[in-house]
Amino acid sequence: MTDNNDGLVRDLARITEPGPDKMAELHQRLAAAAQREGLLDIAYRTIDSPVGPLLLAATEQGLIRVAYAREDHDTVLGQIAQWVSPRILHAPVRLDVAARELDEYFNRTRRSFDLPLDWRLASGFRSIVLHHLPEIGYGQTASYAAVAALAGSPKAVRAVGTACAKNPLPVVVPCHRVVRSDGAMGGYLGGPEAKRVLLDLEAAA
Amino acid sequence: MRAKPPFETVVRDHGPSVFRVCRAIVGTHDADDAWSETFLAALKAYPDLPEDANVEAWLVTIAHHKAIDVTRARGRRPVPTDVLPETADPGDGGGAQFEVLAAAVARLPHKQKHAVAYHYLIGLPYNEIAGILGGTPAAARRAASDGIATLRRNYLGDPTGFHGTRKGDTP
Repeated sequence: MTDNNDGLVRDLARITEPGPDKMAELHQRLAAAAQREGLLDIAYRTIDSPVGPLLLAATEQGLIRVAYAREDHDTVLGQIAQWVSPRILHAPVRLDVAARELDEYFNRTRRSFDLPLDWRLASGFRSIVLHHLPEIGYGQTASYAAVAALAGSPKAVRAVGTACAKNPLPVVVPCHRVVRSDGAMGGYLGGPEAKRVLLDLEAAA
Repeated sequence: MRAKPPFETVVRDHGPSVFRVCRAIVGTHDADDAWSETFLAALKAYPDLPEDANVEAWLVTIAHHKAIDVTRARGRRPVPTDVLPETADPGDGGGAQFEVLAAAVARLPHKQKHAVAYHYLIGLPYNEIAGILGGTPAAARRAASDGIATLRRNYLGDPTGFHGTRKGDTP
């Protein structure tokens, strides 16, 4: 029976097949409608940069996540689905300003970011630490101990390290400017090469 | 326990198959609207979907209702040529035959058309189809097989509806 139906079923598949650009067109239409209806909780896109492809994700409130490729973008989106909302679509428009400002930063025509941020993925002391990081000026560095003092807990040096390692908004919130007291660069969630690239880029400007 | 994936994954994994279903049940002209309304409604309801749900069956259930809305809003059954997409003509003379098939699909009784689309296009099991159409799994199976037999008759020119040689293939 099934054998007899094969040709017919194949033809049925043929006449209902989406054309080559159909799914992209429908996806775009869905993202626009979702935005209009207030259902697009998380919009994301990726951009190319000197530190590799970066994932950018934003809520209606602002940029909520910047992620390096080594964090694995699919894993990061899965975490956002779990912790914030699974209503997530690839929708570049909401990230246009963030993408442009990052592009300017990497081209050395921008020294600070002027973007609404959604801090939901950082809480408690981590959030306090991260809020102080923009006080470290472009092209400068501060030690983990100095940042602990800035955050009002001079003894919490290790906690500062953890806060930086879990920064949901790297590059934009400049945890790359936090280095070790002995002058060594220290770790970085985007990898030591990325930290080097960012520090060199800012030093050269 | 597996966490719920981003909705983008749902669109990527199931968008094309739901589109096929929409084309079969409302025709080419209304398929885009039916698909868009389906996925917008699905996005809205997604946070409440149980994590162990059959996502495809859930989407088809939504599409089923949206298709009824779309067809009702137009106040007519899809006209036969509506079902034929612009991509169907292979340029080898098969275009006319595909038109015949599209017309035959459009003329199928409601239940048969939906059962054929859900089972033969995307492989939903009959118990899921019964959940969508109402009735028993056995009735869903019968509707699908009656629908296929009708198509075989009207498209392949097989009066018994059971043996398939396409009309014109052999002298």
